[in-house]
Amino acid sequence: MSACLDITNLSAVLANGQRVLRSVSLSLQPGEVRALVGESGAGKTMIGKAVLGVLPSSVRIVEGNMSLEGEDLGRLQPRARRTLIGARTALIPQDPLTALNPSRRIGPQMTDRLVRILGWNGDKADKRVRQLLDEVQIRDPDRVLKSYPHELSGGMRQRVLIAAAFAAEPRLIVADEPTTALDVTVQKQILRLIADLQREHGTAILFVTHDLGVVAKISQKVSVLYAGKVVEEADTARLFEAPLHPYTRALMAATPRYTDPFASLKPVDETVLAGLAAEIAAADQTWRHLHG
Amino acid sequence: MDEARIVRRGLGPRLWLAGGWLLLVLLAAIFAPLVAPQDPLAQDLMLERLPPFWLDGAEPGYWLGTDSLGRDLLSRLIFGGRIAFIVAFAAAIAACLVGSTLGLIAGYFGGWADRIISRIVDIWMAFPPVLFAILLVAVLGTGLSSVILAIAIIDWTRFCRVIRAEAMGQARMDYVENARIAGYGRIGIMLREVLPNVLPSIVALLSLEMGIAVIVEAILSFVNLSISTDDPTWGGIIAEGRLSIHQAWWVLVFPLVTLILTVLSFSQFGEALKTRFDPVLR
Ligand SMILES: Nc1ncnc2c1ncn2[C@@H]1O[C@H](COP(=O)(O)OP(=O)(O)O)[C@@H](O)[C@H]1O
Ligand SMILES: [Mg+2]
Repeated sequence: MSACLDITNLSAVLANGQRVLRSVSLSLQPGEVRALVGESGAGKTMIGKAVLGVLPSSVRIVEGNMSLEGEDLGRLQPRARRTLIGARTALIPQDPLTALNPSRRIGPQMTDRLVRILGWNGDKADKRVRQLLDEVQIRDPDRVLKSYPHELSGGMRQRVLIAAAFAAEPRLIVADEPTTALDVTVQKQILRLIADLQREHGTAILFVTHDLGVVAKISQKVSVLYAGKVVEEADTARLFEAPLHPYTRALMAATPRYTDPFASLKPVDETVLAGLAAEIAAADQTWRHLHG
Repeated sequence: MDEARIVRRGLGPRLWLAGGWLLLVLLAAIFAPLVAPQDPLAQDLMLERLPPFWLDGAEPGYWLGTDSLGRDLLSRLIFGGRIAFIVAFAAAIAACLVGSTLGLIAGYFGGWADRIISRIVDIWMAFPPVLFAILLVAVLGTGLSSVILAIAIIDWTRFCRVIRAEAMGQARMDYVENARIAGYGRIGIMLREVLPNVLPSIVALLSLEMGIAVIVEAILSFVNLSISTDDPTWGGIIAEGRLSIHQAWWVLVFPLVTLILTVLSFSQFGEALKTRFDPVLR
């Protein structure tokens, strides 16, 4: 059985030649929840955008392959690639406000997409949307469907986006820090919802987060990213028991525990950072050597 | 929520006053032959420089008085409104279509499309607009259609600049990216997702532009570059009024007031419509 998502040796550079992704390899089995952790600026969002085909124009892929369910994205014509990505993937974004069109009502925004992606008629799409709104525990679908995005709370908007993401039954969802912009009280509910729908629908999720607490709750496997390089990949349980890479260990030490929330957070150790810098430099050296 | 309600209440009278005045002038212009009390071109030297109705020496049926050729001022203003509104609508819509389309393309697509369009706008804006208009009319020849064309040719940049900036902001929003992921084509996204979000600004600019077109037409008439001198135009009446300011101030003052009220109403109406149109402000 082919992997749901297979990324091999993906490297990307900015216009000034700086590498933002450094030979990233990552493979998700169907139905797997993979956490992608790393501090801000590590390139987590870039990986998600690369998979979804929406990298900013200033970022260029210079090596590597990506395939969705065995189909090599690089081999497809742009139109076919768009269609494939549209049908098989979805995004649960970080900011639920700007991810909805402010001047269109929720209903048409959600149904349009089903009509477009699955070729359904309006009635069938409407039924499906209502079913999904029910699954994300929206109890007054009529009001929500008639609302404009700004008329809903942040938590409601994120529920709508989760429903929209699952509605077309994608095989892979990229969830890019889906709870970061929300109130702490809402974060837990949203996380639970995503986990429940994931189990129900069997969708693979690439779950981007900088929060190891979230990782522990939701994922089976973890990839730890630093400066665009995957420094460790492991089963979630194994990672928490015995983190191998010094950076992972430092990251864990820097995460607050519920048992001791007032303990001061340890910043990542200088020697660890020096080691990482050397590792990145060595990787870049090899890369330059290979690619002139 | 409260804020939105305050905004709405504050806008109510503005919308109605401005809209009411525009509707009044528009209806009078459309039904000019029916509502004008006199023939706007009929000269009568027995009736020259009659004052408006509340002053001594006024004649019934000549409410706002007459000019130095004895023509009824109110009738001339009403017929002048026809030309003002034809120019306002035609020129503003033409400028809007060209400018908004180019602005939307430049802002949404960016890249070389944006570079080319922005360059053209820069070059265009280097010309002082009124001189540009006079030059254009001199080249195109006087007449209603060349006045309309001249205004559209000059003022599309106003739409282009504003809509480009707005479309650029919208293009960066996540909902546009989300539509890309879902597989929508670029042009589809531009029209379906981005356009509705810049529409309130287009509407406001369109109304503002109508006011500007009224002024430009008046200026062109004032310098005798608009349509044939027979048909009354607001600018033409102002020009005549200026010559007889000491004998008949009303020939200058009434068209000026009409012009200013109309231009202000267009801009206020546009602003009010914008907030009505915008789901976030509404
Ligand atoms: N639009 C962009 N153009 C160029 N560089 C970008 C852009 N967005 C982000 N970057 C850079 O790419 C790197 C990775 O960013 P990102 O993937 O957003 O990090 P993360 O999601 O892990 O916080 C950062 O160094 C950031 O500065
Ligand atoms: Mg990010």
